[in-house]
Amino acid sequence: MSALSLLVAKDISKRFGGVQALTDVSFTINHGEIYGLIGPNGAGKTSLFNVLTGIYEPDGGTFVFDGEPLSGAKPNEVAERGIARTFQNIRLFQNLSALENVMIGRHVRTKAGVFGAILRDQRTLAEEAAIEKRAYELLEYVGVAKRANDLAKHLAYGDQRRLEIARALATEPKLLALDEPAAGMNATETQALKRLLEDIRRDGTTILLIEHDMKLVMSVCVRVLVLDYGKKIAEDSCSVVQNDPKVIAAYLGGEVSLNLKGA
Amino acid sequence: MTTRRKGKAIAPKAWAGVALVAIALAVLPFVAASVGQAWVRILNFAMIYIMLALGLNIVVGFAGLLDLGYIAFYAVGAYVYALLASPHFNIHLPFWVILPMGAGLACLFGVLLGAPTLKLRGDYLAIVTLGFGEIIRIFLNNLNAPVNVTNGPQGINLIDPFRVNGFSFAQAERIGGIQVFGPQKYYYVLLLLTIAVIVINLRLQNSRLGRAWEAIREDEVAAKAMGINTRNVKLLAFAMGASFGGIAGGIFSATQQFVSPESFGLFESVIVLAMVVLGGMGNIPGVILGAILLTLLPEVLRSTMEPLQNALFGRVLLDAETVRLLVFGIALVAIMLYRPAGLWPSAVRKRELEAPKVAGQ
Repeated sequence: MSALSLLVAKDISKRFGGVQALTDVSFTINHGEIYGLIGPNGAGKTSLFNVLTGIYEPDGGTFVFDGEPLSGAKPNEVAERGIARTFQNIRLFQNLSALENVMIGRHVRTKAGVFGAILRDQRTLAEEAAIEKRAYELLEYVGVAKRANDLAKHLAYGDQRRLEIARALATEPKLLALDEPAAGMNATETQALKRLLEDIRRDGTTILLIEHDMKLVMSVCVRVLVLDYGKKIAEDSCSVVQNDPKVIAAYLGGEVSLNLKGA
Repeated sequence: MTTRRKGKAIAPKAWAGVALVAIALAVLPFVAASVGQAWVRILNFAMIYIMLALGLNIVVGFAGLLDLGYIAFYAVGAYVYALLASPHFNIHLPFWVILPMGAGLACLFGVLLGAPTLKLRGDYLAIVTLGFGEIIRIFLNNLNAPVNVTNGPQGINLIDPFRVNGFSFAQAERIGGIQVFGPQKYYYVLLLLTIAVIVINLRLQNSRLGRAWEAIREDEVAAKAMGINTRNVKLLAFAMGASFGGIAGGIFSATQQFVSPESFGLFESVIVLAMVVLGGMGNIPGVILGAILLTLLPEVLRSTMEPLQNALFGRVLLDAETVRLLVFGIALVAIMLYRPAGLWPSAVRKRELEAPKVAGQ
């Protein structure tokens, strides 16, 4: 591994009963890049995400994050180490306000305990004020500050996706893992999301992006990893992957790609 | 800055309001006593139930963990006080030593119950906690042999009242020319403790910890992914809730001067849960209202039902206890039908129930 790499995954495997969801998947994410993870439905993208973020335990393989092994960490420990995620099917705290959602994201970077809460000493009050200030800033950053006091579930779909990103950013991640953030968005919303992702990257957070919207992936990602049936079939820059016959075959089906080549 | 200026502008009015409420609360026991000493006792019970309901509200309302055995912690607090301040073992420790001990032991039991149930949710958690509540009661009932610890079903008698330097809270005496009875003295102790418990609960709710509890209630997986150590935070909810139960139990012991396992049955757990749910889960003013209403309502019914029947039918057809439970049950069903979020729901719960209307716009 080089000084460049933020996350190195080696031979990650995961099996669910008789289904081999992931087979020896290895890849490297570099500091400061937007790294794409693509593949047809059921290829194992979300499984890989869940293994990475500690929701599932891998059956084999290791992760090295920021120079230290990550294997066997629980989801909250993963978040503490600096990997924050969003969910494919949005999982906000529905009945809390947008602001509270982001404030909860600050939990892992703050300290106040029972006694702080009860006594409300200077330090706790200062910490609370800082949490609220940072949460507002993040809402501004993703563009939902106007809805700060609305319940998360009353936000428009696109705003909910953005709020989830703000909540994840509140944990001060080194790696932001987004599971299909553009799903269900229209073209305008996707454009705005693209700008947001580029801003986040420019401000120093590395991004791992699962996405089905190829236009988005190809326009923001430097490199992509392609999975099919739980196996890595390509890991390279976008332009190379786009012309990889194996990738084309996975997406279009073997027959079709052969025919296309013949024509 | 703006809030501070605003705070100054409304201060005189707010202080006048606080002063009025303070005066009302201060004279309340004497007003109640003019109706009958029993009513002062009922007021005291209302405050004990407020503490219990607020403690349970941390577990059920904030963290969303359905606990049907909460009364066990109340029992632990009550028995700790009873054993350490009665002729039973001939130990007579002062109350300010025992109350924290009772709270501490209840807290420990809270963690003991919480630890094995961390992975359970909803109905399954309810069943386990229900079992736990019964275990404690059965233990208290049977720990009179081979070594007599709890004195079994007979309970423990002659428990010491609160005493400070020879000033006994149980004795009636004349203070400054006014006849003050025991329950009235306890009223003020309870009032102070209740206010403290309310303040602690308000502060806990609006804290980093309170938000973490609510996050777990809303979505445990997401809470974990955001870095919340759900195991510790849930245990903390059980521990905090149980400590309030322990304190309430200690005071119960001292005011009654008698405890027996009978006081800590499943029905008590259900009543406290009903206070939380009817008042408005997760909303502190609502829970307080629930506790007050569910303590007073049965007493009002008890004192009015027999005279009412005598006036209507010339004789008592149903005894007060039966009518009381009947009316109680009907009231509960009616509230659940017409105000499902509770009598005084939190702003959030209210918005939650109004959601379909908003969405339908």
